[in-house]
Amino acid sequence: MVSEILQKYPRSKDYLLEILHDLQNSSPNQNISSENIVEIAKHLNITQSQVLGVIGYYSMLSNKARSKYLIRVCNSPICNMLGGEHTIEYISRKLKIELGESTPDGLFTLEECECLGNCAAAPSIMVNEKLYGNLTPELIDKILAELK
Amino acid sequence: MVKEVRIALRNSGKINPESIDEYINADGYQALRKALRSTPSGIYDEIIDSGLRGRGGAGFPTGTKEKTTALICADCEKYVVCNADEGEPGTFKDRVIMETDPHSLVEGMIIAGFSINASYGYIYIRGEYSLSISRVQKAIDQAREKKFLGENILGSGYSFDIEIRRGAGSYLCGEELTLLESLEGKRGYPRIKPPYPAERGLWGKPTLINNVETLANFAPIILNGAVWYRSIGTEKSPGTKIFTVSGDVNNPGYYETPTGLTLRELIFDFGGGIKNGRTFKAALLGGAAGTFASAQLLDVQMGYDKLKEHGLTLGSGAVIVMDETRDLVKSLETIMKFFKHESCGKCIPCRLGTAQIYQSICGFSEIPVQKREDFFKSILKQADLMAKTSLCPLGQSPILPLRSIWQNFSDELLTLK
Repeated sequence: MVSEILQKYPRSKDYLLEILHDLQNSSPNQNISSENIVEIAKHLNITQSQVLGVIGYYSMLSNKARSKYLIRVCNSPICNMLGGEHTIEYISRKLKIELGESTPDGLFTLEECECLGNCAAAPSIMVNEKLYGNLTPELIDKILAELK
Repeated sequence: MVKEVRIALRNSGKINPESIDEYINADGYQALRKALRSTPSGIYDEIIDSGLRGRGGAGFPTGTKEKTTALICADCEKYVVCNADEGEPGTFKDRVIMETDPHSLVEGMIIAGFSINASYGYIYIRGEYSLSISRVQKAIDQAREKKFLGENILGSGYSFDIEIRRGAGSYLCGEELTLLESLEGKRGYPRIKPPYPAERGLWGKPTLINNVETLANFAPIILNGAVWYRSIGTEKSPGTKIFTVSGDVNNPGYYETPTGLTLRELIFDFGGGIKNGRTFKAALLGGAAGTFASAQLLDVQMGYDKLKEHGLTLGSGAVIVMDETRDLVKSLETIMKFFKHESCGKCIPCRLGTAQIYQSICGFSEIPVQKREDFFKSILKQADLMAKTSLCPLGQSPILPLRSIWQNFSDELLTLK
């Protein structure tokens, strides 16, 4: 899998973010593992710390293992005003995890993120690549139930 | 009542965004054909004459930037970069363009490329916009199939191609020079300006950077001419602007209107007025890096210069509406927390300043009423110093909401319990 993704890209450093996205999206834990970091560094002829430095900078990327479903709650001023904080509290209570934590069954990880650009339908969350807006406790229940 | 005039969003909702044939049937790629029969100077002169200004937030004259990049060297390698890293809170216009009419961006970008004789283009889209990414990718592939992209476009002798690059969750990468760092595969740290991208941009080469909405205006301007474009909107900010209205309004959404309509028209006619029968209190214009307008300013015209006269900003076109029940200090707190989180830490004034201002605002309501004025003025002084000494626009931004809230809502700040 790793080599397949790496082969898609020229050995040029500017493809680092593209490679990291692809690897993370293909990982069941939605992260970039230490082994992958070694491979990427070799492929692009850069140091492992350069790869790690880039992962550490960008909030979408992580070397830490996450879960099958990554829930990212929009924390922009708009979502916040229209109940975004309650969304975090509600999901947190329901899944019994704090921000940045994962459920023991490996199903959900809860994170917050900056404006998702879905402001006309605030508050919003993103689950993996899918966007949900106009959230209410009922809708959150429904979304989580469908994923389980 | 003012009506919507759709230029950048001309096809939005009317055609299937995944069909190039439908785009072509709606006069799509006609402007490109016309451009290729003209000359680079013919294109940038038309854009200069149109008065189009950058729609990403800064409002710099687009044609001037093109001309500078075109003339900086004759045969050197140059790039066009589209800034689609839309991250300003309350802004979602670029997403709408990319999701509903991606070819308008692709066509605009090829025309921009031709006008500066660029060899290659990159569209840097924020990683969270997955639907935009797939729609724009499809549009690029279709355009290449029809020979609008690639070698010797439509037999003109001009060759150009476009690639998408994904951002990965950094507000700062929406700043043009930081975006270039990210495009080069690095951490998003800002560069020192000057040199400007027109002189030294991507990989040190002259680079033209334009926002999605700006580029979506290119084809209509080339097709219909600068005089037509100038006949719309105000004299100093001609054309249309897409406003994204959110918060406590009945009809949140995106509205493309001629510049020069008033804030009142935007909120009450387009936005449908304040929700739940409440009254208007404030509008945050331009997102977090924006300014707070009060009810006294509802009749100000929504153009770069008119707003500036009142200490306000148009920015990206975000209008975040707050009703009478909203706590402005709480909004400021969220905004300052945002800047603190997004500060990259490269320069000290911003790294320390954003954290300290956030702390001060968090403690603001604890300050005894008689000491509030001095306290807030010291925050303003700090934000002003930060604006003067920071490397990039992030550290220069917190002063905007702080100063405008002080100008327009000091009574409330001073008496708030």
